[in-house]
Amino acid sequence: MSPDSTPSLKPNYDVLAIRQDFPILAREVFGKPLVYLDTGASAQKPRQVIRAMTQVMEETYSNVHRGVHFLSQACTDQFEAARETVARFINAPEADEIVWTRGATEALNLVAATWGRANIGRGDRIVISTLEHHSNIVPWQLLRDGTGAELAVIPVDDAGEVDLEAYAGLLDDGRTKLVSVTHVSNSIGTVLPIGQMARMAHEKGALIMVDGCQAAPHMPVDVQALDVDFYCFSGHKTYGPTGIGALWGRKALLDAMPPYQGGGEMIAHVTFEKSTFKPAPHKFEAGTPAIVEAVGLGAALDYIEAIGREAILAHEMDVAEYARERLAAAPGVRLVGHARERGAIVSFTMDQAHPHDIGTIVDRAGVAVRAGHHCAFPVMERFDVGATARASFGLYNMRSEADRLVEALDEVAEIFGR
Amino acid sequence: MNELRELYQEVILDHGRNPRNFRRIENADGEARGDNPLCGDRVHVYVKRDGGGGLDDVAFQGRGCAITTASASMMTELLKGRSEAEARQLFDLFHAICTDEAFDPLDMPEEFEEELDRLQVMAGVRQFPMRVKCATLPWHTFAAALDGKAKATTE
Repeated sequence: MSPDSTPSLKPNYDVLAIRQDFPILAREVFGKPLVYLDTGASAQKPRQVIRAMTQVMEETYSNVHRGVHFLSQACTDQFEAARETVARFINAPEADEIVWTRGATEALNLVAATWGRANIGRGDRIVISTLEHHSNIVPWQLLRDGTGAELAVIPVDDAGEVDLEAYAGLLDDGRTKLVSVTHVSNSIGTVLPIGQMARMAHEKGALIMVDGCQAAPHMPVDVQALDVDFYCFSGHKTYGPTGIGALWGRKALLDAMPPYQGGGEMIAHVTFEKSTFKPAPHKFEAGTPAIVEAVGLGAALDYIEAIGREAILAHEMDVAEYARERLAAAPGVRLVGHARERGAIVSFTMDQAHPHDIGTIVDRAGVAVRAGHHCAFPVMERFDVGATARASFGLYNMRSEADRLVEALDEVAEIFGR
Repeated sequence: MNELRELYQEVILDHGRNPRNFRRIENADGEARGDNPLCGDRVHVYVKRDGGGGLDDVAFQGRGCAITTASASMMTELLKGRSEAEARQLFDLFHAICTDEAFDPLDMPEEFEEELDRLQVMAGVRQFPMRVKCATLPWHTFAAALDGKAKATTE
């Protein structure tokens, strides 16, 4: 794992007690206890999040930043407290640097549409990596097509690690204005050396944005230590609700950026001739925000922090590495991605069966894995697979669930041959 | 027979492993590409007409799961030598088998008895709603090729 996250395993990581917090984990699928290995796609929700959201709606709900009445103040306080929780969660200097978005996808689009439109022109270069999710590819393609900029891709080696020499080459001529990369690959689990990549970008005058969807829920994240310029993640992958996510940006950058969407909530004054905007973050938050969801996300981050991300990381990696070993030994299984620094994601194929068929068969054994391209077509192309099956682990998974997956693969071999 | 065994019948596994007519038709009259954006699977279907309203040759290429590959393979076998009108009827028949819970084989016209027997092995997908598109993608792609459209999708 990354050097700034040396595990200090709590001697009593009580996974069984943690599982009690997640009502859905008690259910059965096709008569078998659910084994949920798809946290990378979306994480399950603890009672603490469900309760926090219910509490808002039952006790304090109203619109925020508008009314003078009691509830508006109470709800605004909760909403803004959640923003402060997000800031602490990634060690952002100030809560005003946290912009609510619908998720990481919107955060990336927001930066492309505002910072990008103001700062990217013909001849400029934007750099991404082969490992990106489509949400960190397409917004930059749209920006490229609208500006005449160039979009360049850092290649990865056979293990799935980014080629830092090639990266240095893309920075060298000073035309690169922005690097936008994932912290952890959602499809094959590679952890990118973000600190080093940020240093290299800054030395050549480029900014760096990081998609933290697969990092924030699983490992300590400190945007100041990483020394990045933008960081974002999605609430629903962080044990929180859908429809909410966060973008962090350096204050000076946010202040200089034009607004995103226009509407209520983001304006200081409006006449038909001209409108003036509130300062960041509000100028990026037009319309009534996802109030209940923001409070839910705050509760999710509190939940994660109460366990501790170093403890979570150590636990998840123990389960994931155990799963890797067992899967590697299963007949016909090939692991895709062998990065030295990796997260709790194991992607694999089987010689006998297509990932889609694997997914269907293990599903009938109660095991939920993702089968497909993981919204990362270029990664599939790079490793010459149409798709993979992916087991992604969360803070509630156990070694015995990895065993259940491997047993279910026996059924695949039974049907398709060994 | 459990639902998985019903889905992955030996005939399907065989077509999945050794697809028939898995090739390109060089001078095709129609061809189309079908994408299943859900999983990234794709098939390319080629159609060669015989000049008299019939299908001289139907073939496919692509990358997909056992269900998609088997469905495409069986489709090409079934469609070769048919009239276009028959092909469209078979499309409807196949669609009913894969999606219609109330589908009753006895309602089918007798002339399709044999085709029905062969296609019936795909009926197992009805128990797997997420997989119905795998089975129908090749047929939609064939229909697109027949109609002169370049692309089909399961969406």
